[in-house]
Amino acid sequence: MTVRVVLPILIPLAVATACLLAWRWRRLQRVLALTGAGGHLAASLWLLEEVSARGIQVVQVGNWPAPFGITLVADLLAAMMVAVTGLIGAAVAVYSAATVDPRREAFGYYLLLHILLAGVSGSFLTGDLFNLYVWFEVMLIASFVLMALGGERGQIEGAFKYVTINLLSSALFLAAVGLLYGSTGALNMAHLAVHLRDTPSGLSTVLAMLLLAAFGIKAAVFPLFFWLPASYHTPPTAVAALFAGLLTKVGVYALIRVFTLIFVQQPALTHQLILVLAGLTMVTGVLGAVAQDDFRRILSFHIISQIGYMIMGLGLFTPLAVAASVFYVVHHMIVKTNLFLISGLVHRLSGSYDLKSLGGLYSARPLLGVLFLVPALSLAGLPPLSGFFAKLFLVKAGLAGGSGWIVAVALVVSLLTLLSMMKIWGEVFWKSGPANAPESTAPAPLGMWLPAVLLALITLAIGAAVGPVFELAARAAEQLMFPDTYIQAVLGGKT
Amino acid sequence: MRSLILVTASRYLAPLLLAASVWILLRGHNEPGGGFAGGLLASAAFALKVVSNGVAAARRALRVDPHWLLGAGLLTALTSGLPALLAGRPFLTAGWIAVPLPAAGSWDAGTVLWFDAGVYLVVLGAVLLIVFTLAEE
Repeated sequence: MTVRVVLPILIPLAVATACLLAWRWRRLQRVLALTGAGGHLAASLWLLEEVSARGIQVVQVGNWPAPFGITLVADLLAAMMVAVTGLIGAAVAVYSAATVDPRREAFGYYLLLHILLAGVSGSFLTGDLFNLYVWFEVMLIASFVLMALGGERGQIEGAFKYVTINLLSSALFLAAVGLLYGSTGALNMAHLAVHLRDTPSGLSTVLAMLLLAAFGIKAAVFPLFFWLPASYHTPPTAVAALFAGLLTKVGVYALIRVFTLIFVQQPALTHQLILVLAGLTMVTGVLGAVAQDDFRRILSFHIISQIGYMIMGLGLFTPLAVAASVFYVVHHMIVKTNLFLISGLVHRLSGSYDLKSLGGLYSARPLLGVLFLVPALSLAGLPPLSGFFAKLFLVKAGLAGGSGWIVAVALVVSLLTLLSMMKIWGEVFWKSGPANAPESTAPAPLGMWLPAVLLALITLAIGAAVGPVFELAARAAEQLMFPDTYIQAVLGGKT
Repeated sequence: MRSLILVTASRYLAPLLLAASVWILLRGHNEPGGGFAGGLLASAAFALKVVSNGVAAARRALRVDPHWLLGAGLLTALTSGLPALLAGRPFLTAGWIAVPLPAAGSWDAGTVLWFDAGVYLVVLGAVLLIVFTLAEE
């Protein structure tokens, strides 16, 4: 069934096209965007079911055989990522319909949302390195416009930094792809893996480092993370939530893909370096967050620190560790999107993102307080929430791999994360409200509550059903650590 | 400033450019050309109209909103992959039907041309969107 693999890309593209044709009818665009996001979610779950039941699914687009044509590959990792993308896309679409102002809607907000979803799904599903670059660009161009759309002063400033650093990263990526093609004559990732398998040359190490830098910028890994907190708090909350949930995770996905499939010749060098970067990313991210006083800036810095955990598993490079990484990415995408959505709710109800001028929300809105605690405590890693298990598996993998120091770092950072989540809790919800608090500015519509509650319930569900979810992640890691099935599926025995 | 020479010349040049753009689109399958080059040439015809008669006249000559061209083009390109999907083959697999020609032999109509026609419309829409917007600034 080749349809299932292409549908998660085709549906958002078709919706974007339909939105273009409905350019003058805002309401119609909104309906199209909501139905399309629902369809994308359904298609991505359909794909996950297929991949989980029958193994890696491959489509040779245009029926050009690999390695000459472009291959779409859905292994378990890709299918899981696409499924979470579908979930986040749907949540953000509902949230957007309730919050995005008419001006942004009139200038193609929903169109861009769906182009972004197509770009992210394409990045996850492609099996070709140059095609990955193309999907990256599709995603980035949509995100550039979403970041700047509306033209508020802060937004333009954030967008400028974001665009500049991402163009630099794209240039590095493209240079690496060109050099790889020049030295091996291959762009198909499975084909590249075969070419580079037994020949650790100086050039392949250089290329690995180039790609590490390129994807490291996109994933906001130390020391190339500074663009993220400078820009993520500027666009509307729905956009920030979408970016926080998806964009950096595409970078993490690309790192996992490339460093389990292609560059596995010298793990003592490359993966050890990734492990050190993971530790530094965790620490700098969380320290940055402690110093902040703006709700969304704190959350932005926590994205960075959490990226450290995700690549920690990749750096340890054992089946258990990579499984923990995959589990962590899934957990994090849901939790982080939810935290941003809730920051938008807080802003709607009390008119501010600044911790100093917020307060007393728990007595006014106890439900919102509880809703915040679920993802916040999950992010910090408290049992029995999903984040606890994610960290538990990483710690187990770290101890089993004999890297005690990274485990120590991870645990300390986890404590600091808890501290900073408690700071938000204390300032926004617990302390008594400011004396001259403006009356609740506007009631929050159902469309803002619904996605946040839904994502919180899913966080709880992952915590409750940790067995099956982790089993899926473990099978994904199995495919990643022993890529022969992947290569076989793509190249069909022609090695 | 309106130039009489340019206005008169563009009246004859624009149809020629449009005809040439279709010719380039059609020959593009086996020879240099195709949807991208054809679309550029077609938008040159309307850009000429902008220079000679102004944006409003060019918009009238185009008759439709460039946004609509973009959407229609993307839709055309996307749907060109669907026959393959319906036939159970990978997305975008090229399909061919031999159309018998009255004069001599037959002509191979394929989804490739269908896709290229989509590219033609997208390029036309995108370039004109830029040209019109810049000219109106």
